[in-house]
Amino acid sequence: MSEVRFHGRGGQGVVTTSKILANAFARTGQFGASFPMFGFERRGAPVTAFGRFSDKPVREKTQIYNPDIIVVLDPSQRNSPAVFQGLLPGGMMLLNDSDNTINVSHENLRKLGIINANKIAQEEIGLVIPNTVVVGAFARLSGLLDIEPCCDALQDYFSGKKLAANIICAKRGFEEVQLFDL
Amino acid sequence: MITKAQKKSQIKVITGNAAAAIAAKLARPDVVAAYPITPQTEIIEQISQFHANGEMDCELITVEGENSAMNAVMAASIAGGRVFTATSSWGLVFMYDAILAAAGARAPVVMVNVNRETPGIIAVSSGQQDMISTRDAGWIFLIAEDCQEVLDLVLQAYRLAEDYDIQVPVMVHYDGFYLSYLSEGVNVPFQEDVDKFLSVLKTQPERTKLVPGGKLGCGSHGILLGYLELRHKHMSAMERAKAKFERIDKEYEEIFGRSYGGLVEEYRMDDADAVLVGSGSMCGTIKAVIDEKRAAGVKIGLLKLRMYRPFPSEAMIKALKGKKAIGVVDRSLCFGFKGGPIYTELKAFETQLGGSKMISFIDGIANTDITKINVATMIDMTCDLAAGKDVREVTWVSYPEAQEEGGL
Repeated sequence: MSEVRFHGRGGQGVVTTSKILANAFARTGQFGASFPMFGFERRGAPVTAFGRFSDKPVREKTQIYNPDIIVVLDPSQRNSPAVFQGLLPGGMMLLNDSDNTINVSHENLRKLGIINANKIAQEEIGLVIPNTVVVGAFARLSGLLDIEPCCDALQDYFSGKKLAANIICAKRGFEEVQLFDL
Repeated sequence: MITKAQKKSQIKVITGNAAAAIAAKLARPDVVAAYPITPQTEIIEQISQFHANGEMDCELITVEGENSAMNAVMAASIAGGRVFTATSSWGLVFMYDAILAAAGARAPVVMVNVNRETPGIIAVSSGQQDMISTRDAGWIFLIAEDCQEVLDLVLQAYRLAEDYDIQVPVMVHYDGFYLSYLSEGVNVPFQEDVDKFLSVLKTQPERTKLVPGGKLGCGSHGILLGYLELRHKHMSAMERAKAKFERIDKEYEEIFGRSYGGLVEEYRMDDADAVLVGSGSMCGTIKAVIDEKRAAGVKIGLLKLRMYRPFPSEAMIKALKGKKAIGVVDRSLCFGFKGGPIYTELKAFETQLGGSKMISFIDGIANTDITKINVATMIDMTCDLAAGKDVREVTWVSYPEAQEEGGL
């Protein structure tokens, strides 16, 4: 089982990112479970979400304290201690950032993916909502699933032109994420 | 859970709230009245969407508060309709007089309560204090562990509430945040199968209805003869609900391929020396930790409460009798008793458990999370108790200071 923690802010689609990935895993015959943790729903407030992805049914209903992978949608949190809290050795990080130089560090971080998801989202859907780009980039970085089930999963959340644009977002995320071994 | 009726459903990745809304839709209610509250809001949003799309042919009353929601569905229920509503925490508290009235009127209302803390208005966190604070309102309480069970229990709740021999409102509880917002794969049954499952309710004698112009009063005033009889009948119906729910669980399995064991679910109990008793979403985490402990040779099991009111004492005694040690996990408080509410209630049957020793764990309240580490601690302490060691009676698992103070 891979345990993934997502960090972002209300309005970025953090929760949807984790939902789409759970959905994509289910489409491959595997199992995904995700949930966010926040108090009142507010745009701009820090949001954390958790995702568990496995080839067996996921039964745990507790927050994730020792993630294998961390996904950061909000670049301002990239060096926040809360983001790296409990990261397991051999850990991976996916960062949404306009700066593609390596400016994060943690003793357990071995693989880093950087994607300018805000820019791609702005170009494709006209809104700075990076979530579907991040979904595609996650598939590539983690190697846990292919891009097709991610695009298929988008059908449950978008339709028409928005669906088409978000599929392009996911594909661009998959193709354009820059990977670094640390 | 492996189902033998996979072809009779489709898997959708949805939240617990969406599972509740879809179950409500599949039950084809006549009237839905509700008011949004975190973390239940998504249920009402989804039902509003179904209604707007024409997928749900019901009267949808968007009331100005929870008290009106319960009064509206109670009235519609007494008039013979099938009804649904949902609330949480402060919303449940705000309809308290109306839930008492609905129970007294024996109105077969089905309501979802998404468990959330109640102490302090800023308590936006999970916990069962809202459920505990309304436990003797006269409703049947069912508790779900995962999104699938949310859907299944809402459907089963209609069979129980509207059964001619029961006619008691049913509240389906599930943990806010940990289940309300959890997205996972759920087998969503087809409408025709749900119609078949609920069709039994159409073949039974029609329940008493209050209709305009009819010479029938409703509501016991408590001063006339018969009030005591009504109270006793309510108590008797609650007792009948136990066996009825077991049968409904079996029938559900015949149609949908899923059974949970009825009033309680036993997990790796057969040769267990020590048992944790839990309810709701914590049970998934407990099962995962039990598997790890079992791999290390620890004889630990779980008894999951699926019905909490009426208290399924007989089923619990049957499952727990002869176990060396029992640790009961509560996510709420019971003032004056030190131990948690479910612990305290089970303790009343201690003499029938064949010498089992019991301890109480308080966790998952006030923003704390029932983590795997916490579960492992609870298992270790319960196993110590089974091994004859001296273990304190009550442990606040996430708050060691409680033990240091020695206050309990």
